[in-house]
Amino acid sequence: MTLPQPSTLIDNMVADINQRFPILDDNIVMVGIHTGGAWIANQLFSKLNLSTELGLLDISFYRDDFSQSGLHPKVKSSELPDIEGKTIILVDDVIMSGRTIRAAMNELFDYGRPEKIILACLLDVGHRELPIQADIIGQVIDRPADQRIKLSGPEPLTLSTVILNK
Amino acid sequence: MNPLDPSQIQLNEDGRLKHFLTTEGLSKEILTEILDTADSFIGTQSRSVKTVPLLRGKTVVNLFFENSTRTRSTFELAAKRLSANILNLDIARSATSKGETLMDTLWNLESMYSDMFIVRHADSGAAHFIAQHVTPNVAVINAGDGRHAHPTQAMLDMLTIRREKGSFENLTVAIVGDILHSRVARSQIYALNTLGAAEVRVIGPNTLLPQAIESLGATAYNNMEQGLKDVDVIIMLRLQKERMKNALLPSESEFYRLYGLTTEKLALAKPDAIVMHPGPINRGVEIESAVADGPQSVILKQVSNGIPMRMAVMAMAMGGQQSGQAPTSEPRKEEV
Repeated sequence: MTLPQPSTLIDNMVADINQRFPILDDNIVMVGIHTGGAWIANQLFSKLNLSTELGLLDISFYRDDFSQSGLHPKVKSSELPDIEGKTIILVDDVIMSGRTIRAAMNELFDYGRPEKIILACLLDVGHRELPIQADIIGQVIDRPADQRIKLSGPEPLTLSTVILNK
Repeated sequence: MNPLDPSQIQLNEDGRLKHFLTTEGLSKEILTEILDTADSFIGTQSRSVKTVPLLRGKTVVNLFFENSTRTRSTFELAAKRLSANILNLDIARSATSKGETLMDTLWNLESMYSDMFIVRHADSGAAHFIAQHVTPNVAVINAGDGRHAHPTQAMLDMLTIRREKGSFENLTVAIVGDILHSRVARSQIYALNTLGAAEVRVIGPNTLLPQAIESLGATAYNNMEQGLKDVDVIIMLRLQKERMKNALLPSESEFYRLYGLTTEKLALAKPDAIVMHPGPINRGVEIESAVADGPQSVILKQVSNGIPMRMAVMAMAMGGQQSGQAPTSEPRKEEV
């Protein structure tokens, strides 16, 4: 099965966000999850013309598999604008288990208490392990559990399939 | 692989940090990874919530056989900001003074399911000895052993240098004063050379320079004026009078006259040179107050960088490891 073009999906997401928020005021803060989510957030951010600063989240210090996998050797600093009382559009590339989003929400709350968090993902590939769902989805794709979809970027953004070695 | 080689015992099978005992023998990649990780922890330190949940539920024991305020408190803060539980043991007042051996103390602490020991000891090699004898999955961090090594201090100094100067290439670094008794200087020299500093100089009287210092990769100077010429970084060391058994110095005032960092001597270095000191500083003994408090001094930045550096090393050494285990009831193989 061929994978969709990220740019088409991003246009769909922009339309969805515009429909959900007819007025994009300075109460809305977009936050991308490093690395793929940050690339998507970058594109959404410029297409939506948001007035607030774009946030970057590296969830390495919040992962739940730290005891198994250790610390990622290339941790970036999270950089967030003030999120207290804001509506956050949290952006990731692919949602699968939901664990990344759980870690991201835990980290967000260490920066402040947002009023609301909306989750936007380029792809939803199922196989959820936590009760977490995206609000804005580029496309839903069914994939076997041993396959991952990888986003390469930032220019150009392309999707490819990776088969996990058992 | 020689298990007695400190650089080998520090890494696990995957080549990742397991214990942190010395900067000697660690690759540029590992040292850079430590610096990068510390850099990203700096970002968490300006938030309203300064803790991250990385080491939640882990137990860290500060095992200080020798006094220290700054190192101990920054390790304690670092552990707390990683959400670990920390136990401070003042060994001087504990059972070792009642005749308990070091190994018995360790086994007792392991029985409390500790995950990490932070060790400060007056004897060189103490942390290495402990790392060899702890149960698997307990990580050991050297917080200073005798004259041998003080790797987290050296790395927080490297972090400070990199943040101030951008990189190590083209840097000339002078370490000044009591090199002989300084575990910090040894750890710094190894780290600076591995990270690619252009030149490392040590400056002091011959009585305070270790023999064969050149073999560590440093150029020795007895003359402060020559040694400081055109350097980018000046690291002053404290005169460790408590470790001086013989008459190594004519007098403190003589030492200050020859090797104290004054405004005039600082002018010999590059105009943008930074002044560092691992602390505690002795004003008027090795450094003039006007220099210690002056615009080129980064001494207090070093203290601030101590927390993210220690967070980085603790997180890296404890990542990807099972929790600490209590010792089994089976007899130990090691001779103690």
